[in-house]
Amino acid sequence: MSDPILKLEGVYTNIAQYHILQGVDLEVPRGAVTMLLGRNGVGKTTTLRTIIGHWRAHEGRILLDGEDITRLPTPAIARAGVGFVPEDMGIFADLTVEENMRLAAVSGPIDPARLDWVFSAFPPLKTFWKSEAGNLSGGQKQMLSIARAMIEERRLYLIDEPTKGLAPAIISTMARALRDLKDQGASILLVEQNFSVARALGDGANVMDDGRMVWSGEMKQLATDAELQERLMGLSMEAH
Amino acid sequence: MSAAPEHAPTMAQLPLMQRLAPWMPVLLIPVLIVLGFLAIPSSTSWLTLTVSGLAMGMMIFIMASGLTLVFGLMDVINFGHGAFVSVGAFVGVSVLLLLGQMTSAPSLALNLAALMVAVFGAMAATGVMGWAFEKVIVEPVYGHHLKQILVTMGGLIVVEQLIIVLWGPEEIYIARPEALKGAVTFAGAAIEKYRLVAVGIGLVVFLAMRWVLRHTKIGLIVRAGVENGEMVQALGYRLRLVFVGVFIAGSALAGLGGVMWGLYQEVITAHMGNQAMILIFIVVIIGGLGSVEGCFIGALLVGLMQNYVAFLEPKAALISNIGLMVAILMWRPMGMIPVVKAK
Amino acid sequence: MIKTLLSGDMPRSVPLTVILGLILVCLALAPFLFPGVRTVDTAARICIFVVLVASYDLLLGYGGIVSFAHTMFFGLGAYGVALASTHMGRGFDALLVGSVSGALTAAALALVIGLFSLRVRAIFFAMITLAVASAVAVLVSQLSGLTGGEDGLTFKTPRALGPAFKFGGELFGVKLNGKLLSYYLIFFGSLILFLLLLRVVNSPFGRVLQAIRENDFRAEAIGYRVVHYRVAATCLSASVAALAGSLYAIWLRYVGPDTALSMEIMIDILLMVVIGGMGTMYGAVIGATVFVIAQNYLQNLMGVASGVVEGLPVLPELLSADRWLLWLGVLFILSVYFFPTGVVGRLRAQK
Repeated sequence: MSDPILKLEGVYTNIAQYHILQGVDLEVPRGAVTMLLGRNGVGKTTTLRTIIGHWRAHEGRILLDGEDITRLPTPAIARAGVGFVPEDMGIFADLTVEENMRLAAVSGPIDPARLDWVFSAFPPLKTFWKSEAGNLSGGQKQMLSIARAMIEERRLYLIDEPTKGLAPAIISTMARALRDLKDQGASILLVEQNFSVARALGDGANVMDDGRMVWSGEMKQLATDAELQERLMGLSMEAH
Repeated sequence: MSAAPEHAPTMAQLPLMQRLAPWMPVLLIPVLIVLGFLAIPSSTSWLTLTVSGLAMGMMIFIMASGLTLVFGLMDVINFGHGAFVSVGAFVGVSVLLLLGQMTSAPSLALNLAALMVAVFGAMAATGVMGWAFEKVIVEPVYGHHLKQILVTMGGLIVVEQLIIVLWGPEEIYIARPEALKGAVTFAGAAIEKYRLVAVGIGLVVFLAMRWVLRHTKIGLIVRAGVENGEMVQALGYRLRLVFVGVFIAGSALAGLGGVMWGLYQEVITAHMGNQAMILIFIVVIIGGLGSVEGCFIGALLVGLMQNYVAFLEPKAALISNIGLMVAILMWRPMGMIPVVKAK
Repeated sequence: MIKTLLSGDMPRSVPLTVILGLILVCLALAPFLFPGVRTVDTAARICIFVVLVASYDLLLGYGGIVSFAHTMFFGLGAYGVALASTHMGRGFDALLVGSVSGALTAAALALVIGLFSLRVRAIFFAMITLAVASAVAVLVSQLSGLTGGEDGLTFKTPRALGPAFKFGGELFGVKLNGKLLSYYLIFFGSLILFLLLLRVVNSPFGRVLQAIRENDFRAEAIGYRVVHYRVAATCLSASVAALAGSLYAIWLRYVGPDTALSMEIMIDILLMVVIGGMGTMYGAVIGATVFVIAQNYLQNLMGVASGVVEGLPVLPELLSADRWLLWLGVLFILSVYFFPTGVVGRLRAQK
């Protein structure tokens, strides 16, 4: 096994007086989609926000490609090659789609070839290129949010619930785009509640409960074991 | 290959009122000018007042723009902003007094050169001061409104007193440069040259600011940062540096506004900045905290209102602007162009 | 008994108790302990500012709301008494009518401002009060027909409160005259208002207010209407400030923009509340006492210091008695940074 692109070692994160993460261990291998699963409120989003540096880990280490990024400020972590798609999408509503994308291309002008690839994954973004992002539909906003991460090659993509609240047809567009990204050899840490998407995309799976990692293994194994699902997440994925 | 059918354009024609809504604040300016025309008996006085209202509005905008952006970007409210106005005026006026020979010469070129030196001196001084103010006064109280208000107010007192220490407690009278004295006559109305210049400078500043905000990467970062600073950082931009830059630029603009305001009034005092803050606050509140466009529209409305009402009933001038603020907040509680925060 | 009077909010520190007791005794016996026009005047000013600062503390320290209109409310009370006494003629009825109408106007104005600004964002309140207070100050100096403009109004208080009214000979060498009565009217008026404020902050209302200051989202979530509580606190604070203003006008028998409306008084109030200790009520007592005494005597001291360094560059200017606001400003910033709990907080922590 080659070394993982991202490694969390015993990460604790407190928000105000609440201890949200209580010793999270996690490995994200290169060139694969790693799922982060669990019920609502167990700390999945906090884990991603701690990795990008929005919250500070009070204990433990976060290693990106073997390099300690635990204490780095958020912009430095992003520039180290971490693309972040937050749960609330983080769209700049007053800016046009184009301006959102230009901002996301941190290292310089947008690479036209890569933009074409993004357009092929998300055609509506081409249609509404000059429109204000605030006027997009929910699904289009989610596309823009993922497209912003995709517009430059990142060492790691952190994607938080990209299918939340979307219609089935858009979910399939989203899943196809993520598959596309994966096929390019990207390393992705994906939080996902939608079971079919998780099963279709996930290579590895990690299940959290109460601020800790309670299970790590192959997505295939988790997907086929209803009893395991019941034990880990309190419900069977098949039920969805 | 195909987009899902739900992606059908959402930009279908909206009802007229809804499409008009974003433009309503802009429309208020001509509405107010027309109201002024109806209320003021003589059309030449109306023209004179309109120009001076616009000039005053432009100056208030220049002073207020930095304040509103600083708030939008970092949620920092600077009650000491008026200190930059005063310092700008004192530095600028001192430079002009030093260059007395250039300002009193009947040559437009020499006058403008002196004015430029004064403006750059004032902006450099207030810019540096803004940097120091941010470091010493503001940075330790990030994210804490109550302390921000108290500490920046304290900073204002200290700066005002230091001005008195350095320049003495007396007000300083300043004559405008020779070429900017007097008035031009247009359509029978006497319009002071200086006011036209003020309108010109204000427009240039506004358009330049708009251009920077719309067409440069820094501008994009600032606009995005006003909306969602956390995401801007997650994209890899050091918002803190951008903020300090905006703070410095805003302070320098307040300094520019101070010089212009001083020459407009032809007298400067250490408290002039704090007095200007009354109108500045009204402007940023009715404009929508964080919005440069709102600030611009608000400033013009306040300038026009002040001049029209002062002509009709001098005592009601300031109160009329309070009334304007109340009316606008009843219409839009977050100001004319509310800035939607992602958080 | 004492515990009931203080609404169970004891000073909770031995040095603090001693200091507060000392201040109370000195103020209660001021005309006898320090006979002299200037010292009694200082004592009366301390009494009034204790109330004014305490009412501001209700807003700032307990409610977490910054207002710049507190002097305006103070002025409303002062002008209320002055106008009533001018138009109704001297008499206690005029004082009562003036004080009550001043307090009611202040409450009404606070209600309007509060509803407008606190509804949206607490920070609007600071900006709007600053604008409104400045506009009112300008208006008062312009409406000279009604308010006397910059000159202010001099008026007559009831004969019983004047120095010419005598009701006995001397007591411990102090003449028993109307001025003495006037002082005790101020003293007891202030004492009652202060105890009332102490009661308010220790009532359930005061506790909710503090909960809102700590976390308004949570307070709202629990079911308290945050805006209602904040607006109510604003109104209450404004009326008490107006009553303090009435007392001040009664004491001075004069009201003018400089004594009752200027921004400088607002800054003084801020300094007093921060130096004394926000959110403690007793901080108002300490802050006002220290500040008023300093204002009266420290300026002389600075004048002396300025004389000593005469001849040096800038220094005499910095130390001149007129520049004492500069040093207060510096002190103020340092206090907010390093002693946010003020003198009272420090004394209480020392256990």
